[in-house]
Amino acid sequence: MTAGELVCPAGTPASLRTAVDAGADSIYCGFQNATNARNFPGLNFTSQELGKAVQYAHERGSRVLLALNTYPAAGNFDLWRDAAGLGAQLGVDAFIVADMGVAAYIAESHPDVRLHLSVQAAAASPDAIRYYVREFGVKRVVLPRILTIPEIREIKKEIPCEIETFIFGNHGLMVEGRCSLTNYATGLSTNMDGVCSPAHLVEYRRDPDGSMSSRLGPFTIDRFDPQESAGYPTICKGRYCNEAHPEGYYAFEEPISLNLSRLLPELMDAGVNAFKIEGRQRSRAYVKKVVAAFRAAVDDIRAGRAPALADLAALTEGQKQTEGAFQTKKWR
Amino acid sequence: MLTSDLETSRRPWPLPALADLPVPLLPLQPVLYRIVRRVARLHPELFDRLGPHQRTDFVIDLTDLPLALHLRPNPRALLLRAVRKDRLPPHRAHIAGDVFTLLRLLDADVDGDAIFFSRELVISGDTEAVVTLRNALDDVEGSIAEDVAKMFGAPGRFALSQLRGLADTNDHNDGMTE
Repeated sequence: MTAGELVCPAGTPASLRTAVDAGADSIYCGFQNATNARNFPGLNFTSQELGKAVQYAHERGSRVLLALNTYPAAGNFDLWRDAAGLGAQLGVDAFIVADMGVAAYIAESHPDVRLHLSVQAAAASPDAIRYYVREFGVKRVVLPRILTIPEIREIKKEIPCEIETFIFGNHGLMVEGRCSLTNYATGLSTNMDGVCSPAHLVEYRRDPDGSMSSRLGPFTIDRFDPQESAGYPTICKGRYCNEAHPEGYYAFEEPISLNLSRLLPELMDAGVNAFKIEGRQRSRAYVKKVVAAFRAAVDDIRAGRAPALADLAALTEGQKQTEGAFQTKKWR
Repeated sequence: MLTSDLETSRRPWPLPALADLPVPLLPLQPVLYRIVRRVARLHPELFDRLGPHQRTDFVIDLTDLPLALHLRPNPRALLLRAVRKDRLPPHRAHIAGDVFTLLRLLDADVDGDAIFFSRELVISGDTEAVVTLRNALDDVEGSIAEDVAKMFGAPGRFALSQLRGLADTNDHNDGMTE
């Protein structure tokens, strides 16, 4: 059984301190630019803030992982190179990368800093993972949310690096790093600009009957009845009408969150080294409650006790939860 | 510019009728100005996160009270004033929720996305402005509500504790488990 390192999100310095205080082993975060996949307005860190955050975390025994997990356009590498240099200078414990060029640059220029392979790289087979380990010295892979636990167990036997899996938060079944839905709708790229459904192109419209429509650019994504739980304005969670479904249906995925709290013992037994909580765009209240709940659960399992699982349903998207592909590939 | 959609849903106990009562707004204005100045003085870093939305006009519709708030978080010309719901000023972003929900949001006691999912918080207009304001406020450690309550000494702290008590009661009555 692994130690079950808890890797927790932080969108702001206050969230990072909250995560550390709630028991995070590691915290992942990003700069205020396109070098990370949560390039949202009002979110993320300046270099000065990151320096203080690293100091705060290290003084309390936690690690800071810097997300540089977007794909630079050809000839536009300066932002990623500078971000890596700053991160190394500020003492981050690892870089989370997706792009091979970024990985190669960091492996060569900052060989003392660990490289983690982002879920955005979508490496889901032993061959793919071994390639990143061999070529760039990747120490950990974050697996896409498309694998069952038996599949993870088999992969673990065949790779020479650590495994990290998501255990809570946004559940997109898209193959991360390959999704072009936002790009199609808005011209901006999730993978290159770090913006999935950029807020300046999102609009919520209220109808007189109390229902609400969410729009991204020129597209209506969903329409919620007055008492119906809402979801994120992302195309993959939208509800669409066609001839076969005039009432509308979820073409890709419904608004729902991943929650693997019940599967933690099995994941640890399968060799998963680290558990990632999604949600850098979420609040301190979310970070505090979710991190504390999973800290208690992991500690219980490590001590041989049955984990007490806190009810996190109120924090989930659409107020619904799933174990997704981790439980079965037929989850929808 | 937006026009108000006069969101009036979810008026929780124990203030069911207040939203319909006429209130004089004039006495509130100097108090609100003092409040926003104090918050700005205590948390100047908040404005860095707001970036270009320092100049955005927000309307915060308190759905269980007979008034709304008009906020323009420009540190050089701060504006927070009470306005009538039927005479809203031009604004780019509209946020609606009951007092207890907004208080808990200000206290970082609830997650903004969670209360959006549950429809307790309703937003319209410039989504980027709302998201930016939410993120900037969430980076303020401590409690803005407490900062404000301290301005009014013991009565302020007492009023805040009563409001928080009512908010907790309201939350439990709603069956929220968060």
